[in-house]
Amino acid sequence: MAKNEDKLEYVLRLGDNALILSQRLSEWCGKGPAFEEDMALTNTALDLIGQARMWLSYAGELEGRGRDEDRLAFTRDAHEFRNLLLVEQPNGDYAATIARQFYFDTWHALALQGLMKSGDSRIAEIAEKSLKEVRYHVRRSADLVIRLGDGTEESHGRMQNALDDLWVYTGEMFLPDGRDALLASEGVVPDAETLREPWLKHLTEALAEATLKVPTGTWMHKGGKQGRHTEHLGYILAEMQFLQRAYPNAHW
Amino acid sequence: MKEWPLWEVFIRSQHGLAHKHVGSLHAPDAAMAINNARDVYTRRNEGVSIWVVKAADITASSPGDKEPLFEPANSKVYRHPTFFPTPDEVKHM
Repeated sequence: MAKNEDKLEYVLRLGDNALILSQRLSEWCGKGPAFEEDMALTNTALDLIGQARMWLSYAGELEGRGRDEDRLAFTRDAHEFRNLLLVEQPNGDYAATIARQFYFDTWHALALQGLMKSGDSRIAEIAEKSLKEVRYHVRRSADLVIRLGDGTEESHGRMQNALDDLWVYTGEMFLPDGRDALLASEGVVPDAETLREPWLKHLTEALAEATLKVPTGTWMHKGGKQGRHTEHLGYILAEMQFLQRAYPNAHW
Repeated sequence: MKEWPLWEVFIRSQHGLAHKHVGSLHAPDAAMAINNARDVYTRRNEGVSIWVVKAADITASSPGDKEPLFEPANSKVYRHPTFFPTPDEVKHM
């Protein structure tokens, strides 16, 4: 039987994915390759921070130690974060940012669709609300992958490199650990492995249109969901948490 | 992005009857202009429908033509139906 702690861990994963990816996208603010792209990316960042807020606030309730979403976001250390390694990867060039987004959005929409049927009504509600925004994210990131892939020789090359480089961080999305499996067997969350096929199908269709190749490597990084992160997360937190660390409980 | 053409954006608001011009943006083609318009101009729930038109496809009257085009209408008061009371039931006039 799944414990409260299992659910808490799972909800933290969802919240941390949204929070860390949002922080990454925010780094583009004012530096986008075109004004319109800058706005689009920061919109996505804002959508994700809203979602992170809902997940982390629920996580705080599940934890029952009086920590709200802000405390969870700004006072946990790197090993306590449960996000996928994919979302903490650096922005790189625009192709890398879009490849990361494309891999994540496609998975995110599928996961949220499954979570809408959760036996936990709070999870189902947050998933339903988030999916409305994420459907647009999927549409936009696939559109850009196709444009860059089917663009110039340079954009095609950069897009393919980015997809190849980030491929090793995609396996983790479909790799269940004991908690995932337990929660899935009780109908609280979708089975992580079953998302793989529709994810690959969407990927294959978009990349075919983009004249890009689906990477084929089978060796994958893992550990983010259990709190074992790449070196990048520490730097993200240093910037994101600075204010609350230096001036605890400061507010507007 | 200097090579991206300019698009004029028109949005129909929640209760509006007609699309209204809201501004312009750059995009490589119409589909992306719609996406960009969504991100730039409908962030606060402004619209239910978006039109984009290539700015180059709009033919505009020249400011210098103001007098010949519009001046004659000013002196023809009978063209302005201001003396008819409008019934309360008629909205959007």
